[in-house]
Amino acid sequence: MSVKTIATTRSAMGMPTGRLAIWWVLVSEIVVFGGVLVSYIMHRLAHPEWAEQAAATNLWIGAFNTFVLLTSSLSAVLAHQAAEQGNGPKAARLLFATVGGGAVFLIVKSFEWTGEITHGFTIQSGGFWSYYYTAAGIHATHVLAGMLIMIWVARSALKNQDLHRVENVGIYWHFVDVVWIFLFPLLYIAK
Amino acid sequence: MSAHGAAPTHVAGHAAVHGPHRNYIKIWAILMVLLFISVAGPFAGIRLVTLITAFGVALVKAYMVAKNFMHLDVEKPIIRWLMVVALVLMVLMFSGLSPDVMKDHGRNWQKDEGFHPKATVGHHGAGSDSSHGATGH
Repeated sequence: MSVKTIATTRSAMGMPTGRLAIWWVLVSEIVVFGGVLVSYIMHRLAHPEWAEQAAATNLWIGAFNTFVLLTSSLSAVLAHQAAEQGNGPKAARLLFATVGGGAVFLIVKSFEWTGEITHGFTIQSGGFWSYYYTAAGIHATHVLAGMLIMIWVARSALKNQDLHRVENVGIYWHFVDVVWIFLFPLLYIAK
Repeated sequence: MSAHGAAPTHVAGHAAVHGPHRNYIKIWAILMVLLFISVAGPFAGIRLVTLITAFGVALVKAYMVAKNFMHLDVEKPIIRWLMVVALVLMVLMFSGLSPDVMKDHGRNWQKDEGFHPKATVGHHGAGSDSSHGATGH
C-alpha cells in the first residue's frame, strides 16, 4: 500500500509538516532536558561537596562517548546530504553507520554503569548520583529511540523511498548530540 | 549543501533551504579539536581555565552542531524563535527556583526542623545527602 502520510504531502509555515513536527518535538525536549540540567546546575552550585562524588566519574569514558556521538552526527549529516542528492542507498548506509555509533555509545555506557554500580555508586548514593543516572539515563533512552527510528528510516531509504525522513531523523540525532555536549562537562569535567 | 538542483521531488525545496556548501568533515575535525581542548583544560589545574574549556567550549560545540549539522542558521525564523522561547523558559525556571535551592537561609526563610529529609546513614555517599539537610540553616 502506498498511502502517503500528511507529513509527506503537506507543508506548513513554509516547510514540510514532518520537519516542522520534529522541531516541535525538539522544543518539548529542550524543556525536558533543560529542566533536568537547570535543576542539576542549581543544586550543584548550592552543594559544592557534590564535587567529591563527581570525582568518581571517568573523564576518559565520557570523552570517548563524546567522540562517538560527534562522529555519529557527522555520518547522520552526510546521510542527509546523500538523501538530498537522491542517493537513498548511500544515505541508508550512512544511517546504519550512525546507528552503529549509537550502539557503541550504549555499550560503553552499560560497562561504565556496571562498574560504577558494582563500586557502590547507585542512584541512591547521593544527590549527584541521582542526577547522574537520571540525566544520563534519559539521554541514553533517547539514543536508543533514535537508533530504532533510524533503522526504520534507513530501510525505506534503501529503496529510495521517503528520503525526507533522513533529514528529520538527523535533526533529532543532532539534538541528542547537543544534549550530550552539555552533559559531558557537567557530569565528567566539573569535579 | 552541495545538492542544489540535484534534489529529487521528495526533498524539493530542502536544498535551497540549506544554503551554502558546507565541508562537514572539516566541521567535524574542528569539533574534535574542541573536544580535545575541553578534555585537556582540567589538567591545567586552574579553575577558571577549566570552566572556560569545559563550558565555554561546550557552548561553541553546541552552536556549531546546531548551525552546521541541524542547519538552524538557514531554517525558517519561526524555528529559531521556537528554540529561543524554550531556552527562555529554562532561564525563567532557573530564576524562579534558584532562590529557594541556592539561598534558603535568611530572616524571611522559616523552615521547620525536619523540612529536609534526614541524611540516610548508609554505606555510600551518606554524607552527600546531608547536603540537603538543615545543617547550617
